[in-house]
Amino acid sequence: MATVEALVAGPITADTVIDQAAPSKRWGRLGLLVPAGLLLIIGFIVPLVIMLWYAFTDPSVGFGNFAWYLGDAVQQRILLRTFTTAVNVTVICLLLGYPYAYAMVAAGPKLRAVLTLLVLVPFWTSLMVRTFAWVILLQDHGPIQSLLATVGLGQIPLIRTNLGVVIGMSQVLLPFFVLPLYAVMTNIDRRLILASSSLGAGPITSFFRIWLPLSLPGVGAGSLIVFISSLGFYVTPALLGSPGNSLISQQIFTQVNGLLQWGRAGTMGVVLIVITLAILAILALVIGRSTSTIKGVR
Amino acid sequence: MRKPAARMWKGALWLFCALVALWLAAPSLIVIPLSLTDKPSFSFPPTGWSTRWYTNFFQDPSWVGALASSLQVGALVAVVATIAGTAAAAALTRSAFRGQQTVKAILLAPMIAPVIVVAVGLYALFLRTNLLGTTLGFVIAHSVLALPFVIIPVTASLNGFDRRLESAAAICGANRWTTFRQVTLPLVAPGVISGALFAFVTSFDEVVLSLFIQSPYLQTLPVKMYASVTRDTDPTIAAAATLILGLTTVLTLTTTFYIARRNRVR
Repeated sequence: MATVEALVAGPITADTVIDQAAPSKRWGRLGLLVPAGLLLIIGFIVPLVIMLWYAFTDPSVGFGNFAWYLGDAVQQRILLRTFTTAVNVTVICLLLGYPYAYAMVAAGPKLRAVLTLLVLVPFWTSLMVRTFAWVILLQDHGPIQSLLATVGLGQIPLIRTNLGVVIGMSQVLLPFFVLPLYAVMTNIDRRLILASSSLGAGPITSFFRIWLPLSLPGVGAGSLIVFISSLGFYVTPALLGSPGNSLISQQIFTQVNGLLQWGRAGTMGVVLIVITLAILAILALVIGRSTSTIKGVR
Repeated sequence: MRKPAARMWKGALWLFCALVALWLAAPSLIVIPLSLTDKPSFSFPPTGWSTRWYTNFFQDPSWVGALASSLQVGALVAVVATIAGTAAAAALTRSAFRGQQTVKAILLAPMIAPVIVVAVGLYALFLRTNLLGTTLGFVIAHSVLALPFVIIPVTASLNGFDRRLESAAAICGANRWTTFRQVTLPLVAPGVISGALFAFVTSFDEVVLSLFIQSPYLQTLPVKMYASVTRDTDPTIAAAATLILGLTTVLTLTTTFYIARRNRVR
């Protein structure tokens, strides 16, 4: 039984052997987890448990908050809007990010360094600074609106609209799409393309039959990160959107700050986390299955 | 027949990428000219120039105070998260135990958990424990978010590390502490340093948790900026944004060059 568990736990390394020989040292090593564990319990786990607790107990014990949430038409509209916003942002990141990541792989070393630097710029630029910049760019009579007016598109309202929120969020989240995709693409064996063209495939066939399927895990990882982050995004939608087209995160804020409805805020928090976990689980399943088919084909 | 078509495709791809790159990098830069406007408005592009918003920033105690709090909290978070994260990374790479993957997943969970939910829960907790608007509260909250950004690079450098060097040091008579200080630490230093940098930047940049755990007595710079955007049109915020942009750029570039140079020397 113990051997089975050891096999399940992973390959036996030199470490495992040492650890079995000296249990005290082993506990010492696990003790290294204590500072991080304490931080995580106080700053992450307890807050989440409190939210869960509120969802089921405030103002009264039971499923009252969930009944309210599922029965409220406004909340359903907001949840739907949150979903469509996240889908739109993910699609935009996919359309802009896929060619960009491809170019990063195809480029020579110097150009690749420049492209990498440009995708990393947003990482060290403060979220607050970038959102503020979008407030300026999208404002009424702002630079983008005047540009659109010169082109002849007239006064399209941008700030305090869902369109503005989607524009700002996709710029903020694009690096999170490009980087995992780039990591997957650099590991694709380029000789496979050569092999397919030597077998008579044109560049388009090679791309769709070889490159695209092999890059799909990166697309999955990137889309997942972008989609999940979009669902819970607060600052950018709060500053670029309006209360009239708010997302679930703004609703959580309002329930606590304006209405002191802790139970309802907790309920929405639970909904958000359950959705996030469900998406993660589905994707883990899909990726697991697709990689096993690829392995099977090989 | 195929060659000109291929060239056209390539040209189109590069043009497209140039536009995407512009879209990624340019928006943040507009805060720089805006901070030098001479009018108390956000109209862009500015029509006249002045440095009055910088004077305003450094003469207003609430802006300077916010900057000081941000720097202080950021430095403390860099220390706390780097120590806790490096220790955790060492435990994760150096020993095999049951539930290791689960522990790792939980430690990295703050990266993808919706921050707003954590923020409200933290607000409730800090309300009861009188930690609202305290440095300790800020350091705890920000360190949790910063932990994954330390654990990831440190784990990477520990994994790419030749363990026999430690055994060699032990054989030569070094005790565990000396081995750690003279062999392990210098070799994983690039990972630890980039972890510390990311921890600082994460804290310096954090808005959502900070909005909930702030008090009128302790506000960080992003909180002050958030309040300023929602309340009035005061270009002082553009001056603040430019200062943040400059500070984080200098920090990141210095660290990147330092690590690149170290790697080349070795």
